[in-house]
Amino acid sequence: MKRIYVNEQWCLGCHLCEYNCAFANTNSENKCRENDMAKALKNKVINPRIRIEEKDDIHFAVSCRHCEDPLCVKGCIAGALSIVDGVINIDQDKCVGCYTCILSCPYGAIMPADSGSVIQKCELCTKNSCGEPACVKGCPNNAIVFEER
Amino acid sequence: MLKEGEIRIPSGCAISGIFSKSGKPLSGRSIIDSIATMHDRSNGLGGGFAGYGIYPQYKDAYAFHIFYDNTESRLQCEKFLDAHFDVINLSKIPTKKVASITNEPIIMRYFVNPLHNKLKESQLDEDEFTVQCVIKVNTTIDGAYVFSSGKNMGVFKAVGYPEDVGEFYRLDEYEGYCWTAHGRYPTNTPGWWGGAHPFAMLDYSIVHNGEISSYDANRRFVEMFGYKCTLLTDTEVITYIIDYLHRKQKLTLTEVAEVIAAPFWDTINSKSEEDKKRLTYLRNAFSSLLITGPFSILLGYDGGLMALNDRLKLRSMVVGEKDDMVYIASEECAIRVIEPNLDKLWSPKGGEPVIVTLEEGLR
Amino acid sequence: MAINYSIPEFEIVRNTDRCIGCRACERQCANEVHYYDPDLGKMMADDTKCVNCHRCVSICPTRALKIVKNNDTLRENANWTSENILEIYKQAATGGVLLSSMGNPKPLPVYWDKILINASQVTNPPIDPLREPMETKTFLGKKPEKIERDKDGKIVNNLSSQLELQVPIMFSAMSFGSISKNAHESLARAASELGTYYNTGEGGLHKDFYQYGPNTIVQVASGRFGVHKEYLEAGAAIEIKMGQGAKPGIGGHLPGTKSIGEVASTRMIPEGSDAISPAPHHDIYSIEDLRQLVYSLKEATEYKKPIIVKIAAVHNVAAIASGIARGGADIIAIDGFRGGTGAAPTRIRDNVGIPIELALASVDERLRQEGIRGQVSIVVGGSIRNSADVVKAIALGADAVYIGSAACIAMGCHQCRSCHMAKCNWGIATQRPDLVKRLNPDIASKNLVNLVSAWNHEIKEIMGGMGINSIESLKGNRLMLRGVGLTQKELDILGIKHAGE
Repeated sequence: MKRIYVNEQWCLGCHLCEYNCAFANTNSENKCRENDMAKALKNKVINPRIRIEEKDDIHFAVSCRHCEDPLCVKGCIAGALSIVDGVINIDQDKCVGCYTCILSCPYGAIMPADSGSVIQKCELCTKNSCGEPACVKGCPNNAIVFEER
Repeated sequence: MLKEGEIRIPSGCAISGIFSKSGKPLSGRSIIDSIATMHDRSNGLGGGFAGYGIYPQYKDAYAFHIFYDNTESRLQCEKFLDAHFDVINLSKIPTKKVASITNEPIIMRYFVNPLHNKLKESQLDEDEFTVQCVIKVNTTIDGAYVFSSGKNMGVFKAVGYPEDVGEFYRLDEYEGYCWTAHGRYPTNTPGWWGGAHPFAMLDYSIVHNGEISSYDANRRFVEMFGYKCTLLTDTEVITYIIDYLHRKQKLTLTEVAEVIAAPFWDTINSKSEEDKKRLTYLRNAFSSLLITGPFSILLGYDGGLMALNDRLKLRSMVVGEKDDMVYIASEECAIRVIEPNLDKLWSPKGGEPVIVTLEEGLR
Repeated sequence: MAINYSIPEFEIVRNTDRCIGCRACERQCANEVHYYDPDLGKMMADDTKCVNCHRCVSICPTRALKIVKNNDTLRENANWTSENILEIYKQAATGGVLLSSMGNPKPLPVYWDKILINASQVTNPPIDPLREPMETKTFLGKKPEKIERDKDGKIVNNLSSQLELQVPIMFSAMSFGSISKNAHESLARAASELGTYYNTGEGGLHKDFYQYGPNTIVQVASGRFGVHKEYLEAGAAIEIKMGQGAKPGIGGHLPGTKSIGEVASTRMIPEGSDAISPAPHHDIYSIEDLRQLVYSLKEATEYKKPIIVKIAAVHNVAAIASGIARGGADIIAIDGFRGGTGAAPTRIRDNVGIPIELALASVDERLRQEGIRGQVSIVVGGSIRNSADVVKAIALGADAVYIGSAACIAMGCHQCRSCHMAKCNWGIATQRPDLVKRLNPDIASKNLVNLVSAWNHEIKEIMGGMGINSIESLKGNRLMLRGVGLTQKELDILGIKHAGE
């Protein structure tokens, strides 16, 4: 299965992946990427599903790894997390916001959604109109890749 | 208008060649009939012939055919010839009046041998000495132009349709084992006798149909070796290239063809290891002598005839055989008109040389 | 403190409607132009630090930025231009030699742009490269004067060592030190994939890149940095650098601050020491000395590698080239006055040397007049900007071209001409690890391959139009060129006719 992989060697810590992720998951019509992104994200504090971890000169992006045996799915008390074709999906209608998954994810790749009452996570852009994951498409240095390994 | 030598003049053309492998003496009549069939491929601005084996009585002397604009240039040139050669015989080349052929220059023929002391002084071999003298006349004596300089062969050319040129020079009175002919369709010359084809140097003569696109690359390279391209025509540079590769570098004619119409790299790479090595070597060593753009040429030389097309075969050329005779022409009709019953007729591939030579012992 | 007279060259224009405050510009600017002002709650910029490298413009996800020329003007004066005045201020304040990078930017004539190419019509057919083979393979090296045969009459391969190029374009010398390791890797990988060559420049060859040796030209320059037996043996050819188009007559100077880590070890010098390449080779004060070095290198490598001698295009270039050809070099590389550099004194870069077009034309003609053009191949560089320049160079007489600036641009260089500041935001002309990593060789080598392949396609199209189906028939084919708007003297030197003739 194709997954998002991050190569620290090439990560510049520019944080563009976070903005691309945040933008991809808004309801923008995406007519002109630059204009729509400005409209969608202007004066907003973004809450992306991919996050740059960094210290000094080391940077890398972290997002859901879509584990084969995921602790989050196992621990979900509401049946909101499930594996669909290898992608770990969140059904926000079912999510009760207990944050068990957030606590059990060893990578810290799950976070509360803006509302705080449900969680959000990377779903490989399968639920938006992005196609290939936005973080991958927008990474200026091929540090984030979407591939079979 | 500027004439040949002052500007580069492209031209379309017709070519034809006849060769008897058994060395049969053929009169110039059939080559005239052959080239006349392709009348529409020329425009009356040049026609010419080369005959081989036509001067058996002087076969060991260089036969110079020279155009003079006036008697002054003739005197100057003859002075030069006397200083460098032993002139065995000189005469006007016999012609007859043909209505369409006008403005004829003085046309002379000399049978000559290099003067022994001059030759020794020059430290050159006989052929190279003669070549350099010819180049000297053509580049330094205004109004004099040596247009044929081989042994036991001769070039006859003029401004006009080739069939008229053949009549003018009374070619039916000559006999040779090989004839080539050329009808010219130049696009911007006023028509100059020296600019007609064949172009010859020693016993090499070339008739050519095409317009090569590699011209200046070839010219600038070959001029490094003492040649002077004074006419700025394709035929001239091709002759020099062949002279350089065949006479000076001693390549075989097949190897010459492998240089000037070299196979594509893809083809070379599909050959046997030995062929691949040779072809790669030749293409690399003589890269500037690759000729591209359309051409079909007939190269006459002492004892043989080679026909060659450019590697893409951008010009028509067919070969016919009947008994010991080989016919090569731009169009099949030019062969059929003189030999309707051929044993074999084919169209050689681009870059594939057809070489015919006199049978063993006939030279 | 004295008054600072300088005025910023550029002005950063930020469209606040578009800026979303992602701060990517701030993170990506090594010159520290952009910053976030928490009091104002918005992004700000310090124009004085901007070099107009366009990194921020390219990376801004909302296209909120543009860089414009600062229109703050000194009083206009055609003689005392702002540039002249500001440079005086700078020198008056520092007492230093002005430094610049990349090629000569002055509005001197570009002859390529005044030369037009021929095409076939009617009398001779153009050839369609999509239907017919169209060949650009080129061999560089000395050609034999005479054919030799063995006792069976077979032709003996008496060619000296040659370089085989699938495309007539090579990457010119840029040292590891002047450019980053990732830039070198990108060039090396691209050259391998393209079947051509890149050039180490005078910085030695990093151990990681010995694997690309068959596509590497190793350079021996006046400082002899990084030169040892394995180095010479690693490359496909050896280039003796006598001069460089951007700074003829001037040596090189890699400051100690750049001679760190692998740069220093690859050059075989102590870390932190200045790497100074003298102006002359101190063992070459004359042509016969050059001949000795040529043959020393041939001896050292058992005559298996062609030797290139690279010179800057200067006034007497034809005679110099003739001497080099007779000195045993297999290939002469000529670098025109627009050639790039990592650092050069501004006055030298802008005022010394001659245009490559004229140098090439006169060298080619001179070697032909002397009958020795076959003894050497000619490679030209010094601002080959596109495939048409390549075609024109070959038609004037070059065997192949070197591209340096164009290669850098393919890798992302924006020609900000600030290489000497060592803070290249594109990860090319820098050794700062955080900047070097911005150049991912996976991307950059692909871009280089794309560029050269695209040019090669264009060269084939142009050749096809002329009715030429192999590059060797283009070489020196000056009849395919015509000049426009040139004087008779210029046409004579170029050996071409005027358009319409």
